[in-house]
Amino acid sequence: MKIDVDLTICLLHGQCVIAAPEVFSFADDGSLVWVTDPDEGLRADAEAAADACPEQAIIIS
Amino acid sequence: MSGPSIIIVGASLAGLRTAEAIVALRPDARVTLVGAESHPPYNRPPLSKEAIQALADGSAPPDAVFEKLLLRSRLNPEDVNLRLGRAVTGVESDGVRLSDGSLVRGEWIIAATGLRPRRLPIPGMESVRHVLRSFDDAQGLAAELQPGKRLLIVGAGFIGCEIAATARKLGLSVTLVDPTPQPMLKALGARVAAAMAQLHRANGVHLILGRFVESFTDGSAILDDGQRIETDLVVEAMGSRPNTEWLSGTGADLEDGVLVDGRMVAAGTENLLAVGDVARFPNPIFDTVPRRVEHWSIPGVTAKRAAESIAALTDGKEPDAAFAPMPSFWSDQYGMRLQAFGAPTLAETQTVIEGDLSRVGTEPVIVEYARDDRIVGIVGLGANPASLAKHRSRIADASTPFAAV
Ligand SMILES: Cc1cc2nc3c(=O)[nH]c(=O)nc-3n(C[C@H](O)[C@H](O)[C@H](O)COP(=O)(O)OP(=O)(O)OC[C@H]3O[C@@H](n4cnc5c(N)ncnc54)[C@H](O)[C@@H]3O)c2cc1C
Ligand code: SF4
Repeated sequence: MKIDVDLTICLLHGQCVIAAPEVFSFADDGSLVWVTDPDEGLRADAEAAADACPEQAIIIS
Repeated sequence: MSGPSIIIVGASLAGLRTAEAIVALRPDARVTLVGAESHPPYNRPPLSKEAIQALADGSAPPDAVFEKLLLRSRLNPEDVNLRLGRAVTGVESDGVRLSDGSLVRGEWIIAATGLRPRRLPIPGMESVRHVLRSFDDAQGLAAELQPGKRLLIVGAGFIGCEIAATARKLGLSVTLVDPTPQPMLKALGARVAAAMAQLHRANGVHLILGRFVESFTDGSAILDDGQRIETDLVVEAMGSRPNTEWLSGTGADLEDGVLVDGRMVAAGTENLLAVGDVARFPNPIFDTVPRRVEHWSIPGVTAKRAAESIAALTDGKEPDAAFAPMPSFWSDQYGMRLQAFGAPTLAETQTVIEGDLSRVGTEPVIVEYARDDRIVGIVGLGANPASLAKHRSRIADASTPFAAV
């Protein structure tokens, strides 16, 4: 599984951080960081994060 | 044997997410998604923000604006039977009746019909009075949002305030009237609401608080104190009413939306569920009072729960009834992000834990909301998402569920 976030549309809502804390987190400067190729076991969490993102910025492939 | 047949009424965020969740859990289910709007499911929050701005200033053609609003979906076209441009008018013993007279049969009905704006019950100036809930509403209003025009917004809730901010950006002269003493007062409490009032004033909005529109005459609104507000354009943003008329006679409690339990099953029924803005459900994080929650985050979690309940019930299993989602909402005004977690509306006290409310809009501020010594909400105003995220977890910490479910 690969995860990509389109940072040109991400508005740092942080909904992904809540839905999938093992995949998404905030760096201390407030920028979004994420695991680009998480374990397949985290797919449900990652999909929940993609659904929870109000900007639809998360792309899972 | 074929799977359960399920009719989802309302093809917006909640309806779409419910269809996806059902198809994922019960691939054998036969799902029909009926929507009154002719558009495929799309996202509403940008309608008062960047989307209406783009429609109004012409920076993008309407097709391109809509394309951006369109909700991405994991569904394949063959997964659901999509019936757009038709409203459901009533529920019958074996299904639902559509506005074109046809009957859609199904064993389960899921209400995802959301809300519609309240209207001022007074006549006058009809041709320039607008509301904002749908893409069509946004297109109609955007066509009138020209620089220099005078706009009167009735209602200073989130949508009214966002339209005010967008209209100022577009160069309109904006008057915002509300009967309460501060904008967004119910949602944010007095201190934060007063700071937001200051932000609107600093951005040139003429705020008239504690007043309401009593009548319209040619080109003017008359307030209850006799004040006359000349205007070219009116937006009615006085909150919303649930779309539940089509459910009358089902036995469901339709007092304010559809009353459901933690399974999303409507009280007094066996095969009717409700999701999204139209659902009124208790949240044990706070107390036992069922409430409707008009936040974007709710359709997704209620959709998933409704699908789990149907999957369990059709399998002869007992569905999980414990449901305690953490509410969250945001608003964008004058380039400032307001982000809330929990239910600040329930709080008795507000404590500024970072920044200074007199500097809202220029410096980050974080406010904690409490009731009975428990933290019930956190609001960040232009706050760093990382520090907000840290405080958010304190709501959950403080919230050993109020009631066992
Ligand atoms: C302008 C605007 C800005 C917003 N901004 C924010 C924000 O910044 N942050 C935030 O958290 N939330 C925001 N929201 C709220 C958020 O958009 C809603 O919570 C969300 O849209 C609710 O989704 P829903 O599917 O439950 O209902 P809705 O989106 O209202 O969809 C209900 C659908 O059902 C259809 N329908 C109604 N009756 C029938 C019938 N009888 N038969 C068939 N179909 C029917 C309707 O036409 C509609 O398409 C905003 C809402 C608006 C309108
Ligand atoms: S939820 Fe979406 S917009 Fe928000 S931080 Fe995550 S990717 Fe960005």
